[in-house]
Amino acid sequence: MIELIRTLTETYGPAGNETRIRQVLRDMVKGKVDELKVDALGNLIALRKGKGGRKVMLAAHMDEIGIVVNYVDEKGFLRFSALGGVFPHTLLGNRVEFENGVVGVIGVEKLESPDKVPTFDKLYIDVGAESREDCPVKVGDIGVFSRPLIAQGQRLIAKAFDDRIGCAVLVKLLEEIGDCEHDLYIVFTVQEELGLRGAVTSAYGIAPDVGIAVDVTRTGDTPEAPKMAVALGKGPAVKVKDARMISHPGVRQALIRAAEQNGIPYQLEVLEGGTTDAAAIQLTREGIPTGVISIPCRYIHTPSEMVDLRDVENAVRLLLAYLSSKELTE
Amino acid sequence: MLLKELSEAIGVSGNEEKVRKIIEEYVKPHVDKVSVDSIGNLIAFKQGDGSYSLKVMLAAHMDEIGLMVTYINEKGYLHFRPVGGVDERILPGKRVLVGDKAIPGVIGLKPIHLLREEERSQVAPVESLVIDIGASDKSSAEKMVKVGDYATFDVAFQELGARRVKGKAFDDRAGCAVLAELVKERYPFDLYAVFTVQEEVGLRGAKVAAYAIEPDAAFSIEGTVADDLPKEKDVSPTARLGHGPAITIMDRTFVAFHPLVRLLVETAEAEGIPYQFKQPLVGGTDSGAIHLTKKGVPSATVAVPCRYIHSPASILSLDDFENTIRLMEAALKRLKPEHLRVE
Repeated sequence: MIELIRTLTETYGPAGNETRIRQVLRDMVKGKVDELKVDALGNLIALRKGKGGRKVMLAAHMDEIGIVVNYVDEKGFLRFSALGGVFPHTLLGNRVEFENGVVGVIGVEKLESPDKVPTFDKLYIDVGAESREDCPVKVGDIGVFSRPLIAQGQRLIAKAFDDRIGCAVLVKLLEEIGDCEHDLYIVFTVQEELGLRGAVTSAYGIAPDVGIAVDVTRTGDTPEAPKMAVALGKGPAVKVKDARMISHPGVRQALIRAAEQNGIPYQLEVLEGGTTDAAAIQLTREGIPTGVISIPCRYIHTPSEMVDLRDVENAVRLLLAYLSSKELTE
Repeated sequence: MLLKELSEAIGVSGNEEKVRKIIEEYVKPHVDKVSVDSIGNLIAFKQGDGSYSLKVMLAAHMDEIGLMVTYINEKGYLHFRPVGGVDERILPGKRVLVGDKAIPGVIGLKPIHLLREEERSQVAPVESLVIDIGASDKSSAEKMVKVGDYATFDVAFQELGARRVKGKAFDDRAGCAVLAELVKERYPFDLYAVFTVQEEVGLRGAKVAAYAIEPDAAFSIEGTVADDLPKEKDVSPTARLGHGPAITIMDRTFVAFHPLVRLLVETAEAEGIPYQFKQPLVGGTDSGAIHLTKKGVPSATVAVPCRYIHSPASILSLDDFENTIRLMEAALKRLKPEHLRVE
């Protein structure tokens, strides 16, 4: 499982340029599904046929946050903008990696005060170029955090757990699920970090009976953290509500029942900021009963996100238990 | 010149009729069918030469930003609110035309003689401004205008030196003028040239047009920001005047479909047409609504760089304008079904 997660988090795949991560995921699920296709936005849609049950869409987004080069100056330094929810306090001294393997260091023009976080217009990327002409990166190229995965006991540290950990859960699900009543549409979506865009078109195309997103959620278990009743290692979280959606109560109850009947630890999640693909899926066409399984994750949208392996494994168990039931809503 | 006529026409978001009439008359002889949908989009259809069974949608928005009268006070001044992205800094002292009868007025301001020291460095909020149409009181004002009337900047189109022109609303009448030329050709696919409404208030026209058409690919043609005035720092000009059509890689509303961007670049290079990339993640266009329609639509945006957009007077280069027509026409003729496949 760790090797699967390592491959997924270390693969380059920012929002808007998911070609490489899509190829990795395609290779991982090939042979385990009945149909595999890519839609006009780039979503990878894998169908595993059931036995006349419901049409279930299971979504995890394969894109990660990053930075976009908006200018290369005369001396070969890059100016950039945030792609998705990237914040300046995570950037100083950090490294980003481009699709061609070039690594850049993020610098600041002048640090006005050590207590003040500089704004994006004061930051630049240094790839070691000496001029615009010899710069190996051009306008429009996208960089992602450059970090390897570290496994320390049950805790994993990496970039892009948001949402490669959800992708890992769905890949593992496909490996472990035997016969299933339902048609499973496993969707690795694009551009979630830019506004749930991949989920909009894929959900429309599939028109599922039930939707489940698998994504990360914040925790409240770190020193002086804002209050939140989710902690690392206490099980996957069943979402009640976030900033843009309220989980379908019937789907939520069915997930809780599956956890309780199978002795799988779980937590309930009420997230004040942020949302997932589920918010888009839920409002597709006539409306789709939709729920979310969240992996508790610390330091989301930084180069060093942290999850607990047991939560990941239990999320797979929870999905297996949920999908083994004939009724997917209560 | 169509661009002049379009620039001077009044058509703030939600009231695009005058612009629509000019375009309809211009494109009608060149297309197979012209229709107007329920929200006001003008859709010109031209059948392809039969090479490919594809529907390609081209979008340019007819609407411009402006003002709307919200209240007429006892003294006959008109209070107003912006429609679309109006910059408060540029309003005081501007000449405007109000309502269907284009009643001239001036956005009032306190003369510099009376300004307190601190007021000189402040921007007057739009709520504090009024339009003066020369009315003596409320009832005389009401004979000329009414609440809900739109106002636009009163600016004449003008040719400047070095093949540049000045006018209002190049965003997106420049795109409309490009599109009106493109429909004169026949392409290897069915063409839906859509002159959209209400882009400036949230890409509304494009949304319903794309839903109805279900295109296989779409291009938005725009007038976009050129911020190429001298700067203190060596940073992006967004786009530069005279450096060719600006191709979008991504903006706030969408990521351009990579194979279509490549088609545009390869076409420009093969035809010797100058081009530039617009600064990523700035602005938004109808492509933002179109690409998310139904199962998704491969989309791209090409724009004529314009200085000072969303102000009374923009400036564009006629070379950029003509090169945008050349680039789009050549790219559309090269478009094949393989350009619509995800790698």
